[in-house]
Parts: sequence; structure tokens; C-alpha cells
Amino acid sequence: MSNKFWRHVDWPSVLVYVALSVFGIMNIYSAEQAEGTSILSGSINAGQQLRWLAVSLVVAVLIMLVDARFFITFGYYLYALAMLALVVTLLTAPEIKGARSWLVLGGIKIGQTSEFAKFAAVLALAKFLDGYNIRLTQTKTKLVAAALVFLPAALVLLQNDTGTAIVFFSLALALYREGLPGFFIWLPALLGGVFIAVLLVGFVNFAIVLVLLIAVVWMLASLFKLERRLAWAASLALLVSIGFSYGVDYAFYQVLKPHQQTRINVLIGLEDDIKGAGYNVHQSLVTIGSGGFDGKGYLQGTQTRGSFVPEQTTDFIFCTVGEEFGLLGTGAVVILFCFLLVRIILVAEKQKSTFVRVYGYGLVSILFFHFFLNIAMTLGLFPVIGIPLPFFSYGGSSLLGFTILLFIFLKLDAGLKYYF
Amino acid sequence: MKDRFDNRFRNVVVIVTVLSAILLFRLFYIQLVAQQYKQFAEENTRSRKTVLPARGLIYDRNGKRLVTNETVYDLIAVLKQIEPFDTHKLAEILGLDTSFFSAMCQKLADEKRYYTPTVVLRELGNDVVARFQEQKFNFRGFSVKARIGRRFDAPVAAHLLGYLGEVDESDIASSDGYYELQHFIGKSGLEKQYETVLRGEKGYEYKVVDKFNREIGSYANGQFDIQAKAGTDLVSTIDLELQAYGELLMQNKIGAIVAIEPSTGEVLALVSSPSFDPSLLVGRKRSHNYPVIAADPNKPLYNRAITGAYPPGSTFKPIMALIALQEGTIVPTTTFSCHMGFTIPGLHVGCHDHPNNLDLVQSISQSCNAYYCHSFRNTIDHSKFANTEAGYRAWYDHLTRFGLGGLLHLDIPNESGGVLPTAEKFDNIYGKGRWRSSYIISLAIGQAEINLTPLQMANMMAVVANRGYYYDPHLVRSPMPQGLGLHHTAIDKRHFEPVIEGLAQVFLSGTARWYQLPDIAQCGKTGTAENPHGEDHSNFIAFAPRDNPKIAIAVVVENGGFGATWAAPIASLMIEKYLTGQVARAHAEKRILEKDFIHLPDTLTIPTPHEQ
Repeated sequence: MSNKFWRHVDWPSVLVYVALSVFGIMNIYSAEQAEGTSILSGSINAGQQLRWLAVSLVVAVLIMLVDARFFITFGYYLYALAMLALVVTLLTAPEIKGARSWLVLGGIKIGQTSEFAKFAAVLALAKFLDGYNIRLTQTKTKLVAAALVFLPAALVLLQNDTGTAIVFFSLALALYREGLPGFFIWLPALLGGVFIAVLLVGFVNFAIVLVLLIAVVWMLASLFKLERRLAWAASLALLVSIGFSYGVDYAFYQVLKPHQQTRINVLIGLEDDIKGAGYNVHQSLVTIGSGGFDGKGYLQGTQTRGSFVPEQTTDFIFCTVGEEFGLLGTGAVVILFCFLLVRIILVAEKQKSTFVRVYGYGLVSILFFHFFLNIAMTLGLFPVIGIPLPFFSYGGSSLLGFTILLFIFLKLDAGLKYYF
Repeated sequence: MKDRFDNRFRNVVVIVTVLSAILLFRLFYIQLVAQQYKQFAEENTRSRKTVLPARGLIYDRNGKRLVTNETVYDLIAVLKQIEPFDTHKLAEILGLDTSFFSAMCQKLADEKRYYTPTVVLRELGNDVVARFQEQKFNFRGFSVKARIGRRFDAPVAAHLLGYLGEVDESDIASSDGYYELQHFIGKSGLEKQYETVLRGEKGYEYKVVDKFNREIGSYANGQFDIQAKAGTDLVSTIDLELQAYGELLMQNKIGAIVAIEPSTGEVLALVSSPSFDPSLLVGRKRSHNYPVIAADPNKPLYNRAITGAYPPGSTFKPIMALIALQEGTIVPTTTFSCHMGFTIPGLHVGCHDHPNNLDLVQSISQSCNAYYCHSFRNTIDHSKFANTEAGYRAWYDHLTRFGLGGLLHLDIPNESGGVLPTAEKFDNIYGKGRWRSSYIISLAIGQAEINLTPLQMANMMAVVANRGYYYDPHLVRSPMPQGLGLHHTAIDKRHFEPVIEGLAQVFLSGTARWYQLPDIAQCGKTGTAENPHGEDHSNFIAFAPRDNPKIAIAVVVENGGFGATWAAPIASLMIEKYLTGQVARAHAEKRILEKDFIHLPDTLTIPTPHEQ
């Protein structure tokens, strides 16, 4: 590999990646209160994560050394392999914290296969959309793209890992960029709003309000002599909303599990039990909120010292940043992520190859979904779904998975520039 | 590369940046604007630990210890830390039934004390503590905690020393945040009255705790900690030996002894009988012993010395004499005839057999009822008063200046003021202006509507000993009592000598002549108080020596009959003990000690409190 190749690598992204990973390890070290133990020690999470970072960097270098065309050529094969791993995991995995997401072979924990399914799904999607005469305006294309996304999502859902399953749907953002109607973005957002409204006021009240709105629409139509078609359209939309809201009501109480109901209720303020179901979010808010502007100092967080926040090295790692580094730390993390995401978008837009652009947007979708939902969850803006903060949360599979996801893109970007 | 949808990249950038901005705004809000999270974090992680100082000790007037501190051990449980354990084993170590544990867990759960260390058993024995500590690893969630407990150095003075008990709701509510659940507070006697002196000031240590309330370090290097201030020792006015001797003499008798140093108002002994060993009401023994003691028909918990009220009977006469002298109704040489009593048309007050036509001195030493009926009648019916009522009011005013008819404000709780009927009371009974001296003639000899506490009787004697004044009686010398009142009577000093001569003659030639002391001039007055509930009460008041009196004393033996029979010798023995430090009259002492008014042959067996 010549110096010319390495010059094409997007170093700012690499720097942000390293900065986030190292800062993450510092925070894991604090969150597990391992003072006195060397950060190099393998007996603590931070030491483990440091080893995983080393492994990840080696893998990143290896990715950089592989021919970029490998990922394009073998996209589907990698996808198939990942799906196979998911199935094997589903069939053999022991239950850990209610989910069957760990692939264990010969008694050795290999990893959470769903982390690797993410980049495989992105590769397959990129490969598919890069195909000849593929247009997302075609129904068939939509269906195949949807299938590529739904398959891993369904397998992960069967593993009982709802949070990670949801993440696959973020790829709608990449598809949107490639021509999927905007409808697929705003409709879920609207339905989300209806969903919360139904839970807040109840189905019956919500339906009554919508029926009254239909009446108002027709009154306005006759008063101002509006087009009948418009009134019919509005009425239809409202009736659909009523149907959906009934579905929400049914789904919430009949389909969702009690702990999921509770999490949603806590989020929208229906349950305010800070010692029970709302404990996590309450303590998370207290921990971050008490950090103030510049934090309590590294290893000085009283909430962190007192282990008030559950899962603080993994899903709630952001709390440590908030408490010990304050708004300076949290702001820096948010801005770094935002910078990385926008940079990847800009790099992706510059690509000549559809494959690399789709891959880039897939990367952005998954990274952004993780980043936004994880932090929103710690800030009480979203129900607690167990997804990690990329590069930050403790977990080897997660760090390695995101590293591969990112560095394949960096390789594709630099490598294809180099070749073409 | 341009394509049909390349304008959409802007939308994606907007979504990413807008949602990131929402996170930043939210962070800005909760980290900089909202203050409640900082407070929550403080409350979460900072635990204020109360540090209780050592309680002040209590000494007698000679520096002998009455109440001291000792380390005792309580069993503490933290509900959420209890793991399954061998209940039989622990029950056996603690000497309890296994049902204790289920009841305990239920109680802690009911009170939502899941993580709070809570005392579940008080004052374990040292052997129990040793055995528990050996096995403690088997009993997670249980621990033993040292605390300062109270120890009584002598088995006496239970009523006046009082005891400690756990605070109740009202104690906490009225303490302005000082007391917390399971704290101890003085519940009676000096422990209660001097609670704020004895307890000192509690301090605080601030600790950083984790979510299980386990300490993980000191908060802010202890800069907010407040040092506890040790309690102040009390030096009581009580003479331990005299108190113990008084309780000994009163054994198997119901009644009270109060001894006062007249020149200062210091109470030397405050005996209420029957009494009990104050150690019986400490710690775990308390729950067993308290009901037994409380159920005793002789009411050992009742402090007769300050709460009991008795008709003074003839012990009232010296004051009657002083008032009559002051009002000019009699002079020392005045005599009244007595034919076995005082007789006017329609009224007869009996008297005992004594020589006729006694003068003032003899009227005291022989305790003539007629003399006092006449002088009382002549006093309140005196023509210088507009009417009987005005005369009565003048008489009443004199009595109040002897400390009667109200509280003396002794420095322990539950004092009674006795009963001294007001003119209004007789107005209510007989109608305004429709009562005369003959209606209330019994007051002249300390009977009928009048009741005095033994403390008031002793104080009244101290006034005579002082020739006309008294200091508020009190039980504590140090810290110096503040605002101690000095009260003067309205009796001219010259009137006291003839009365005191009469009181001296009581011992020399009168009703108490069997109890003379070779080198000490005692002055006293017997009283045999009729009481509607049974045998007469045996009363006696005395002071000694006649000049520069060191002790004034009142003794009441309920249902003891003649004052001269029991109360007088007890008072005289107390005087001897206090002034000479020993008792030479072994025979008189033996006679008193052997007398038993309580354990009569046919009475029920009274359950006796036991040690453990």
C-alpha cells in the first residue's frame, strides 16, 4: 500500500473515532470504580475494553489492507454469513438478561452476532441498490430492500433484543436518500405522535376528538364552500387515525409486555415512580443534571461512586460523562458525533459509486440511531431501550462491530479514490 | 455524483443536526438551568450521620455517683441485607423464640425500613454479644452496635432521678428536629427536667453513601461536620447516704420523706415509698418489669413526696400560731381552756387528754386542738376585718407566703400543688357572705379541705427554721440554678421564737419526747391526720439544730396512726443520720425497720420484679 492511499484516508473521522473510544474507556474506568486497579488490568471492564480497542484497531488496519472491491464483491456472502450466525445464535444462545444474543461456541463466548449483522445488512443494501437499473420508486425494489432490512431485524427480535431490532429500521434514512418516498420517514413520526397521544388521553377520548374534528372539517367545508374532495381526504385521514389509535390501544395493552408498557408510561410521564420503574431514568437525569457546567471532576462523581445508575458502563455510560465532565463533556461528545455524522454524509455525497454512497448513508443511519436514541434515553426523552452508545459503551462486540462498520466505509472511500 | 435525489442529502443533514441540537438543548437545560437534579444528587449521596455525645452524669451533693454511662449493645438489622439464615441458631443465641424474626421482618417491611439500619433488640448481654460476634458471618444483615446506656450506681432515688426511654412521636414533633426515631430522651425525674443539659448537643458527620446507604467516604473532607458537645454533669442537692437511709427506714411502709436544707432550699432527700430499684427499668428488663411495678396496688411509680397530698393535721399548728401572733389575736401568754376539745353551740372538735389552760408553747408541745380552734376563730372573725371572708382572705394570704396553695416548682416533673381552699370555694358551697368561721373550723387543725404535699410540709418547716423565709426548693446545685426565688413571709421575726420554743418542747416534754438526741436540739411537731379512707396518717415535721438549722424534714406514713408513733422517730433518725453521720439509737432504728404496713398476713402476694 503506498503513501498515496494513506493520504486519501479521511483522518478527521479516524481521529474522532479514536477520541470517542479513548474517552469511552476513561468513563468505563470511572463508572466501574476501579481506582487502584491499573487501567491495563484485564480484570476490569476498562482494561477489557482497552484490549478490544487494540483488537479493533488491528481489524481496522486489516480492513485498510484488504482490496476495497472485496466488500463490493462479497457483500451478499457476508450478509448470508451474518444471517446464518444470527440463526445459530438464536438456536443455541443461552439466555443472558432475558435475551439470546450471545453466540457461544464450545463454551467460549464469541460475541453478539447482531452487532455484525448491522454492517452486513448495510453492505447487502448497498450492493442491492448499486445493481443495474434499480430504482427505489419501483415496488419490487422497495420490497427487496425491505426484506434485506426485515430479515435481520426479525431474527434479532426473536433473540428478544428489541432495541437492536429497532436499529435496523433506521436504514429507512439511507433508503430515503436513495429515493424512498418521504412518506416513509414522516408517517412513522406522525404515528409515533398519535401513539403517545392515545396513551396520554386514552383511545376513547382521542377518538372523540378526531370525530369532532371530522365534524369541524365538514362545517368549514360547507361554510367556506371548499372542495368536497379536500373534506373527504381530511375525513379519511382522521378515520385512518382513529383506526390506528385503536390499534395502538390494542397493541399497547395486549401485545406489549408489562415492562415495555411501564417504560413507555414512565417516559410519557404517566408513571412517576422514581423508586420503581422510573428509577433508571430518574437517576440518570440526576446524575447528568448534577454535573453542571464543568462536572464534578474525573473519578469524583458522587452518583457514579454510589452506583446509583444501573448499567452505567454500558447503556448508561453517558451519565458518567455528564456527571464528571459536565456540559463541557456531554456537549463535546454530542458535537463530536454530530461532526462525524455530517462528515460521513459529506464524504458519502462525494462518492462516484452508488455502493459507497449507500453504504455511507447506512453507516450514518445506524450510527445516528444509536447515538441519538441512547443519549435521548439517558435524558428521559425516549423509552429505555437497551442499545449502546457507539465506540463508548463497554462491550467488545459493539466496539468491534462499529469499528468494522466505520472502517469499511473509510476503506471504500480511500480505496476507490485510489483505484479510480 | 448527481442523481435525482441528491437534494435530499440536505434534509438528512438537517435531521441529524436538528436532533443533535435537541440533545444539546436538553443537556443545557438539565445541567445548567434545572437545579433539582443537583439537589437530588446531594440527597442521594450525602448521608448525615448523627453523632450523639455522652450524656452528663449525675452526682450527689458530696460527689458520689448516682447515674453513670455504660456501653450497651443493641442488635441492628437491615432488612434488604438479610439472607436466609439458621433462625433456630440465632434465636438460641439471643434467647428468643424464632417467631421473633418473622415479626421483626414484618414490622420493618411495614415501616418501609428496607435499607435503614434499625434496632430490633435492645441491650444484649455481654455473653450474647460475644457469641453473636463469633457467628456473625452466618447472619448477614444483622449486626451489633454499641450505644451509651444509663447505669444507676445505687438502687435508690428512682423517682427523682427518672429514666430514659425511646422518643415517641410527640417528643420528635416538639423537638424542632433534634430527636430522631430510636433516640433516647429523659422520660421522668431529673433525666426529663434536665434533658437539654444532660444530653449535650448532638453533632453531625456527613458521609458519601452509595445506593445501599453504605458509607463510601467522608463528605467534603468533613468540612461540614459538626462536633458533638458532651452533656453537662449534674450535681444534685441530694445526699446519697441520707436518701438511701430514708428509703431503708420507709421499707414496707407507704408514705414519703422530704428533707430540705433551710438556708439554701436544697433538697437533701426525697423519699417516696414503696420505691423500686431504678435499674429494673433499664434496657430489656424494662419491658418485663414495668408492667409488674405499674400493677402493684401500692403504686411504687407514684411519687408521693411531691404528688401525694395529705391533710397536715396538727403539723399545721405552728403556722396557725404564727398567723395568730402576727394578726394580734394571741400573745405567747394567751391561754384557752380545753375540756377534751373545742365546743361552741352546735359544734364540737375533740381533743385528747392533757392539762387545761395551756399557753402557746404548751399548746404546741401538747398539740391542743381547742387552742387552735379558738385562735383561728378569733383571727378570721376579728373585728378589724370587714367580715369573715376578709379575715379568711388574710389568713389565706399568710399561708401562700409559706409556699402553700400552689406549686413550689421543684425541678422535676409531676409536682402537685396540694389543696388550699379559697374563699370563693366556700362562697360556692355556702353562698356569698353566708359562711362563718365555725363552718370551716377544721382548717385550724389541718383537717378537712386542706391537703399538702410532703414537699410543702418540709418547706413550711424550713420557713419556720429560717424564721420567716425560704428559697425555692430545688434538686440541682450545679449547673447553678437560675432565678431561684427568695420568699419572705409576712410574719415578724419576733413571733418565731415562742413558736420554736414550743417545737423544741415537743421533743423535750411533748408528744415526741421519746426521740431526744443528746447533743442536738431538735424542734418538731407531730400530726395525726384523719383520713376518710382508713387509719389516720402519721405525720411529723421537724428541723434541727434549733440554732442555725441544717435540716428541715417532713415525714408522712400513710395509715400509720399517731404522728408520734412512726413519723416522729423516722424524722428524728433521719436528723441524727444527717447531722452525725451515724445512728446511735439502734433500738429505735430496729423498731422502724421491722415495722411492716404492707405485707399484712392476709393480703395478696404481690409479684416481685426480678433482675433479668
